[in-house]
Amino acid sequence: MKKMNEYLIAGFGGQGILFAGKLLGNIGLIDNKEVTWFPSYGPAMRGGTCNCSVCISDSLIGSPVVDSPDVLIAMNGPSYDKFINAVKKGGKAFIDNSLVDSKYDGSDIDCFYIPATRLAAENDLKGMANIIVLGKVIKETGLATLETVKAALEVSVPAGKANLIELNMKAIEIGMAN
Amino acid sequence: MERSLMKGNEALAEAAIRAGCKCYFGYPITPQNEIGAYMSNTLPKLGGVFVQAESEIGAINMIYGCAATGTRCMTSSSSPGMSLKTEGISYLVGADLPCVIVNIQRGGPGLGSIQPSQADYWQTTRALGHGDMRMPVFAPYSVQEMVDMTSKAFDIAEEFRTPVMVLADGLLGQMMEPVSFPDSGTTGSSSPTWATDGHDNKRKKNIVNSLFLEPIELENVIKERFDRYEKIKEKHCEAAYENTEDADIIIAAYGSTARITQTAAEMARAEGIKVGTFRPITVYPFPEKQLQAACKNAKKVLVVEMSMGQMVDDVKLALDCKIPVEFYGRSGGFVPGPQEVLEKIRGMM
Repeated sequence: MKKMNEYLIAGFGGQGILFAGKLLGNIGLIDNKEVTWFPSYGPAMRGGTCNCSVCISDSLIGSPVVDSPDVLIAMNGPSYDKFINAVKKGGKAFIDNSLVDSKYDGSDIDCFYIPATRLAAENDLKGMANIIVLGKVIKETGLATLETVKAALEVSVPAGKANLIELNMKAIEIGMAN
Repeated sequence: MERSLMKGNEALAEAAIRAGCKCYFGYPITPQNEIGAYMSNTLPKLGGVFVQAESEIGAINMIYGCAATGTRCMTSSSSPGMSLKTEGISYLVGADLPCVIVNIQRGGPGLGSIQPSQADYWQTTRALGHGDMRMPVFAPYSVQEMVDMTSKAFDIAEEFRTPVMVLADGLLGQMMEPVSFPDSGTTGSSSPTWATDGHDNKRKKNIVNSLFLEPIELENVIKERFDRYEKIKEKHCEAAYENTEDADIIIAAYGSTARITQTAAEMARAEGIKVGTFRPITVYPFPEKQLQAACKNAKKVLVVEMSMGQMVDDVKLALDCKIPVEFYGRSGGFVPGPQEVLEKIRGMM
């Protein structure tokens, strides 16, 4: 069977869940993979929980909807509760433990805890906890090189906000160091 | 060709502009709002026109006026909004006016839900307005096809003087996928001979009209229009199929559901179940001959839709009861997963 990686990123609206997914998608695109990105849309965009499915594959992707991810990013308590048991056996979960109190006690998946929201505040990177967690994902999965991440940021960040690229790179590096 | 990551709705809007769409008229509704947003941001900068009408009914009638001048134009909506447009669509057909109409389907009936659905198949292929009428309908299954088919829709609309529909759903509209924009393609004839664009006393006046009080006149107009439908059938009836030659079961699905059935078919093959896939690319005209060819060795056919079963009718008609046809569908905004389709396939063995 073809090799496909399924990611699920979940949190509150406003945490940059969809942007983190777009960055992940562009990383796949730059590596010449097939990519799909699918948001939870509608009520989620008007506050409340928000999630985003990203698939990266060597060939055509069937469903862009991810029910059981290889990699889960949980950015708040409700998302952790909702999705932690959906992660595939042998998969990985990345948890912002400045906002999630729970700890997973099973051994079927690898859990990585990173206080991303706190690290963002301490480093003057408010609103970039999403990218800090992504830095951790990149470190633990070997998903991409820093060059690829930078190239992906250049196409993900809106044209008028190019100054954010350096800040995002800083967030990635903090995620990789923690 | 360079690929970029784009939402289906935005890619479709960009494709329309590249195909020479000069005017867009619409009214907001989820899950197709990115089309109007993209048009409002982009069209005026290119000298085009964007109007957010007072309603879907207003928008479709603005299309009638705009199309009558021979200008390439488009409207888009989602299911409940399409119902509102149907009177105007019938008039567009009756007056032989080319335009592109996009339906990014959501759940119904009524306000239904904002989640993906394919429950407007009957409406789209059977009765998108009153009267003896049909309309070519493209059903893309990827963001790239939303681009390619939108471009093609404008050309066919103009060639055959008919509204053409692009029928997608919330899944395709909302998802991002890598996409590239081919440079080729026409951007419309500058001045169609039938257009009501001012004659300067240099030619006879053109009339755009759908009222024909003389029975013989109306019958002739309708018969001529149905001749055009036959030509569209010959030239533009499209389908894609895979692994059908040795297949015991053929899964037929269109649009985003066809992606899911493709994965399900791969899973079934891995278990040793011989499954092939069939995907109508145009749902009107329905690719009957292609389906018959794809199913010639099949023992059973499975139709999968995000509805209670609508395209399944066309599959049964095309196969003329020669092969048993089963159905699997989800409603309410559920996108069927490959696993549940696989279980249905196992049950058919």
